[in-house]
Amino acid sequence: MKHPTLHPGLNLGPHHGEAHEDAETLAFGFWVFLMSDLIIFGLMFATYVTMANPMGLAGGPGPKDAYDLTSVFVQTMILLASSLTFGMASLAMRFERGRGPITFWLSVTLLLGLAFLSLEVRDFAHMIEIGAVPSRSGFLSAFWGLVPLHALHVAAGCLWIMIMMIQMRTFGMVPLVKTRILRLGLFWHFLDLIWIGIFTIVYLGALA
Amino acid sequence: MSELNYQHEVRGYLTGFGLALLLTLVPFALTVWGGFGSVTTFVVLGGCALAQFVVQLRFFLHIDLRRQKREDLQLILFSILLLVIMAGGTIWIVGNLGMRMM
Repeated sequence: MKHPTLHPGLNLGPHHGEAHEDAETLAFGFWVFLMSDLIIFGLMFATYVTMANPMGLAGGPGPKDAYDLTSVFVQTMILLASSLTFGMASLAMRFERGRGPITFWLSVTLLLGLAFLSLEVRDFAHMIEIGAVPSRSGFLSAFWGLVPLHALHVAAGCLWIMIMMIQMRTFGMVPLVKTRILRLGLFWHFLDLIWIGIFTIVYLGALA
Repeated sequence: MSELNYQHEVRGYLTGFGLALLLTLVPFALTVWGGFGSVTTFVVLGGCALAQFVVQLRFFLHIDLRRQKREDLQLILFSILLLVIMAGGTIWIVGNLGMRMM
């Protein structure tokens, strides 16, 4: 990249004119939100770590009873793949490939996001079935505070993708739509970053 | 924007994806098949996670130490500092309390 970047994250580039200029403050503001979200997640992680011991478990179902590592592995792969497909959508937008490729990659990302959510909801249902509910122990409260919070974020991301696909059709690729997709991209990649922490600390760390 | 540039940037995302994949497979394999001591396992898990953070920040979120507007980098670094103080402090203090109650 020859041009200096205006904000962290993928830049649209000066050939996008107004949208590129606008993105500087919009993306910065969005980073402020992401960083405050990072603090929330970080403290949920800290709570989980302090609860992952015999006292926190309080004799209730532990990691070995409650977690399904195969499902977690598949979820991890799906979310990682969705981060790549969103990257492809961002690049299609940056290099002005037209609405077709952007819509295609956003749809793939949306499907992967929904697949991730359905697997996760299935796991949550299993946990409720075996009595691993939030009120059972401090450990389970911490789990239910953290992992479903991430799931809620992914669900919000999926909804946002749908809204952007509608806005692309109705408004066209105007600067407002472009900068919104740019911020959605930051959000989506950020969720995959959080997931690294979840699969490492919540699942692998507790099962290792 | 030339075709060459586009392919170059697609390759960037693919490189990031490949590295992230590797850094995901290693910790999962270690947990499922590993027979190492828990200290080794935790060190490798933590190392892979940190490495994957850096990989995803670099290749997906395009954050590196060059060419950043300074206040953006400061925002990120300051947030991480706050997080380290609050999360690290919580784990330290509550963990210590837990040990004393055993």
